[in-house]
Amino acid sequence: MMGSTLQEPSPTVTQTTQAPPRRSADGIAWQKILLPAGVAIVFLLGWDAAVRLSGTQIFPKPIDVAKGIAELARNGVLLKYIVASLFRVTCGFLAAVLVGVPVGLLLGWFGTAFDAFNPMLQIFRPISPIAWIPVAILWFGVSDLAPIFLIFLASLFPIIVAAIAAVQNMQQVYVRAARNFGLSRVQLFRRVILPATLPQILTGIRIALGVAWLVVVAAEMIAVNSGLGYLIIDARNAGRRYDLVVAGMVMIGVIGLILDLLVRQLEKFDEVRWGYGTR
Amino acid sequence: MKWPNVSPSMQNEQPPEAIVLVRDLWMTFAGKRRDEQIHVLESVNIDVSPGEFVCMVGPSGCGKSTLLNIIGGFLTPTRGQVIVEGLPVTGPDRRRIFVFQENGVFPWLTVEQNIGFGLSRLALAERNNVIAHYVAMVGLHGFERSYPRELSGGMRQRVEIARALAANPDIIYMDEPFGALDFLTRLKMRADLIRIWQNEKKTVLFVTHDIEEAVQLADRVLVMSQRPATIRDVVNVDLPRPRDIDSREYLQTRDRIFQVMGMDIHTGIAKEPGSPPGPDSIDQRRKVGSDAATTGA
Repeated sequence: MMGSTLQEPSPTVTQTTQAPPRRSADGIAWQKILLPAGVAIVFLLGWDAAVRLSGTQIFPKPIDVAKGIAELARNGVLLKYIVASLFRVTCGFLAAVLVGVPVGLLLGWFGTAFDAFNPMLQIFRPISPIAWIPVAILWFGVSDLAPIFLIFLASLFPIIVAAIAAVQNMQQVYVRAARNFGLSRVQLFRRVILPATLPQILTGIRIALGVAWLVVVAAEMIAVNSGLGYLIIDARNAGRRYDLVVAGMVMIGVIGLILDLLVRQLEKFDEVRWGYGTR
Repeated sequence: MKWPNVSPSMQNEQPPEAIVLVRDLWMTFAGKRRDEQIHVLESVNIDVSPGEFVCMVGPSGCGKSTLLNIIGGFLTPTRGQVIVEGLPVTGPDRRRIFVFQENGVFPWLTVEQNIGFGLSRLALAERNNVIAHYVAMVGLHGFERSYPRELSGGMRQRVEIARALAANPDIIYMDEPFGALDFLTRLKMRADLIRIWQNEKKTVLFVTHDIEEAVQLADRVLVMSQRPATIRDVVNVDLPRPRDIDSREYLQTRDRIFQVMGMDIHTGIAKEPGSPPGPDSIDQRRKVGSDAATTGA
């Protein structure tokens, strides 16, 4: 190098993607842990008070729900049902990723294919996965396949739509650079189009996983006899055990949160982090 | 030079030493309205010798970027021919690498992965050698594993130049590569580019709207007119490098180009009517073009 490094700021100066250190560690502990914990405690106290004041014999207090979760955990049903639900979500969701990403990339890249298939896609997309339940039972009977099919359908559309939009909004300079280096069609997809669109596709995948987790509960209420959805409907039908109904709801919420946190971890990889602005 | 498609008798008006030949090139874009046509290039002729550093300057929006994109094979001209290394250009080619105005460095790859992007045909050891060589040449030692988002604009442009050089092209096309950089960084990038060019003996075609930049860099400056653009004048810059930008010869050359472009260097006032400034990107040019066309150019 000739000359000084005057006009070359060191990378520590230009790390615009890092969150700025806003406040002290104590301040963060307060705002990130104590404050939300306080809100949760107020919510539980309010719930408890509302049940007591109304004198209801059916709706459970928070402590009843906690006991219900403990009971389910003790007799092994909880773990079994969680595994059953997660298994269905995993199968349907992975199938949707494997089909949706390539289909979306191709529809985004080839304008003719997009024009041909997009109207059909837009008609299928607003049909609620719940509406498919009778069809799924007709085709697959009362088996794991029915909810897996429903989860596949439900997560497919967010992924395809995200992949199409990602290709169509891609910076053209990347494609031109790739063509300049003489990449074949296949190389172009693998080395440029896929990585260039991955951040946006990952956002679609995160939305899809949320939808999949919503749908598995609904599907299990009708199409099978295991899983967290089945737990809820079974607890209601056999003995009006609302403590177990709410216990099932709590578990669904907690697992949904964990799933979302896991997918968010993927967004921290260097290969995609460039696509998420400065958050 | 090879001339596989041209018989010796036909070479009369084509200097055999030319590596890039542009012959009677015309370019017309469709405008916004159906019957509207925007004439961007009009009968452009260029000869570039191997190893030459040629700058094309012209007012913003004149079509110089379009011209370079046609020479690079990214656009097809309406009429005329571009012959590079003896063969008509039909598309982009890995022997001629383009450095883009908007920075084409891949943000999902590290500096060394970007520089090695065009080297997948090489064996790993050789590839690493080439990468290390060009990392050092553009002064990015220590940043091999950094991602583009962690670099400054000047460093990102260095990565793109290194990526182009690493592919060992015969020609490098540069489309206002330093346009988005601050003044000091631009000065340093020019000095580094000249040093690298002197080492590598590549042919360089460099588009800029900055006359000073052209005179500091080029062996020859092609001065283009307002749209529809033609080559209005060719100015040889016979000044030793590194160039003294206070010397009388430098200033004379610079002022001559200003004069050719119809500007008074001291006042900035156009001596000819009808030279509206405008953006120069391909996307925006159509818009600007149609505006100009409706005002009756």
